[in-house]
Amino acid sequence: MLELQNLSFQVSDEADGQKEIIKNLNLTFEDHSFIAITGPNGGGKSTLAKLIMGIEQPTWGKIIFDGTDITHMNITERAKLGISFAFQQPVRFKGIKVRDLITLAVGGSKNNPNICDYLSKVGLCARDYINRDIDASLSGGELKRIEIATVIARDTPLAVFDEPEAGIDLWSFNNLIQVFEELHASRSNSLIIISHQERILNIADEIVVLADGSLQARGRREDILPELLKGTESCRFYQKA
Amino acid sequence: MDEIQKNLLEQVAGLHEMPSGAYNIRANGQSVERSTTAHIDIVTKTDKQGIDIVIKPGTKKESVHIPVVLSQSGLTEMVYNDFHVGDDCDVTIVAGCGIHNSGDSDSRHDGIHSFYIGRNSHVKYVEKHYGSGDGKGERIMNPETVVEVGENSFMEMETVQIKGVDSTRRLTKAKLADNAKIVVTEKIMTHGSQFAETSFQVDLDGEGSSANIISRSVARDDSRQLFLSRINGNNRCAGHSECDGIIMDNAKISAIPEITANDLDAALVHEAAIGKIAGDQIIKLMTLGLTEAEAEAQIVNGFLK
Repeated sequence: MLELQNLSFQVSDEADGQKEIIKNLNLTFEDHSFIAITGPNGGGKSTLAKLIMGIEQPTWGKIIFDGTDITHMNITERAKLGISFAFQQPVRFKGIKVRDLITLAVGGSKNNPNICDYLSKVGLCARDYINRDIDASLSGGELKRIEIATVIARDTPLAVFDEPEAGIDLWSFNNLIQVFEELHASRSNSLIIISHQERILNIADEIVVLADGSLQARGRREDILPELLKGTESCRFYQKA
Repeated sequence: MDEIQKNLLEQVAGLHEMPSGAYNIRANGQSVERSTTAHIDIVTKTDKQGIDIVIKPGTKKESVHIPVVLSQSGLTEMVYNDFHVGDDCDVTIVAGCGIHNSGDSDSRHDGIHSFYIGRNSHVKYVEKHYGSGDGKGERIMNPETVVEVGENSFMEMETVQIKGVDSTRRLTKAKLADNAKIVVTEKIMTHGSQFAETSFQVDLDGEGSSANIISRSVARDDSRQLFLSRINGNNRCAGHSECDGIIMDNAKISAIPEITANDLDAALVHEAAIGKIAGDQIIKLMTLGLTEAEAEAQIVNGFLK
């Protein structure tokens, strides 16, 4: 279980002094749940994901993961405790191959027979990609799929995906939906997915709407999604922001 | 050879035992082992230190190993090795120098390797430099490589200097004939207060000739590196040089490229990028469970792999 208690995150802003990106947020994510976080751009979604992984440190508040206070733990400690993270914009390396990165993700030997499976799951032919460098020679979409494969390979109790649909083509997107459905069906992981995509929101158990750093709504998908689909003009969650 | 020399030999030439094919092993200023084949001859020079390696036309799939090891502190030597490669050859040449200095005097090996490559040949040249020993004396290597690549021939050069060399000035000069090609891949890591300078001078004289110089380097601690490359396009040709450097701690790297097109159809490109390890690369590896130090090591190892 993941609990965010009175979580706030401020940054220094040249014009306004302090700017509050996350405002006193209280949220609980149950085990084995699939929660989609959505909301307008600039509402604090990606920042929240980074706070959970430890990439950013909160100004106030606490983060409790499976009963342990992880607020002051670094990224490595949280990763070892069982949190994984897929970047919105995957990182490129020079001299690190797809095989190396997935091997690091599984924390095991290079001959792990599952390495190819992880790539297949995200719609990449392992034979074509396993020895490719994770550099500028890969397209944005290819990088994104490899990024998701590293998170699948880690197989942690909690996986956080920051806009997994960004940069992925329509064909691969169908594949991606299937990946999340399978992950969720296995019920061994909790998924938190930051997304704007209706089709991702449509397979989540719950939807959290975050706007202007605050919780605008949270509820079962059946209750929240129809309201969101009315469009931002008439959506009562967006209007609150 | 003693254990120290054997270890140096393994580091610079990957040799656990005597190699097959032609070889000449030089230890502490003297040739200690030599073997020739029906197609490759090795002859000691009479007017100066060094050897002539003569590879007959048509020699295919053969190799020559000519490693040098120095384990005697204070030894300074200047060696001239000339490679005469005939037409229609396909050979691999493994050179390299290892210095173990546990004394207080500087040990220094300067070598000039000259390649005269005929037509339609392929030469792969691998050179590794390595230093060990905890003496105050410096381990110094100043290699010079002079290459003349004949028509339709291809020179592939890989140089590696990863550890223990206090000071190095490396000069590589190449002249290319029609449709000749050279590809150089250089990897350097410096640490402590080491200094490394690497300089390339390439003349693309022949029509359809091409050069690709790729340098990847990591400078740590207080070390300094200087990368110089000069490519002259004197005909319809293609030249590309690339310097990619990572700096850590208080290290410094300079890259000074020079490309000159003396022909309307010369296409020349230089790329240089120097900077610290990107923070998001470290963060990504930390999200996979690596510590910051492990992430850094992984990035550096991959970069120099």
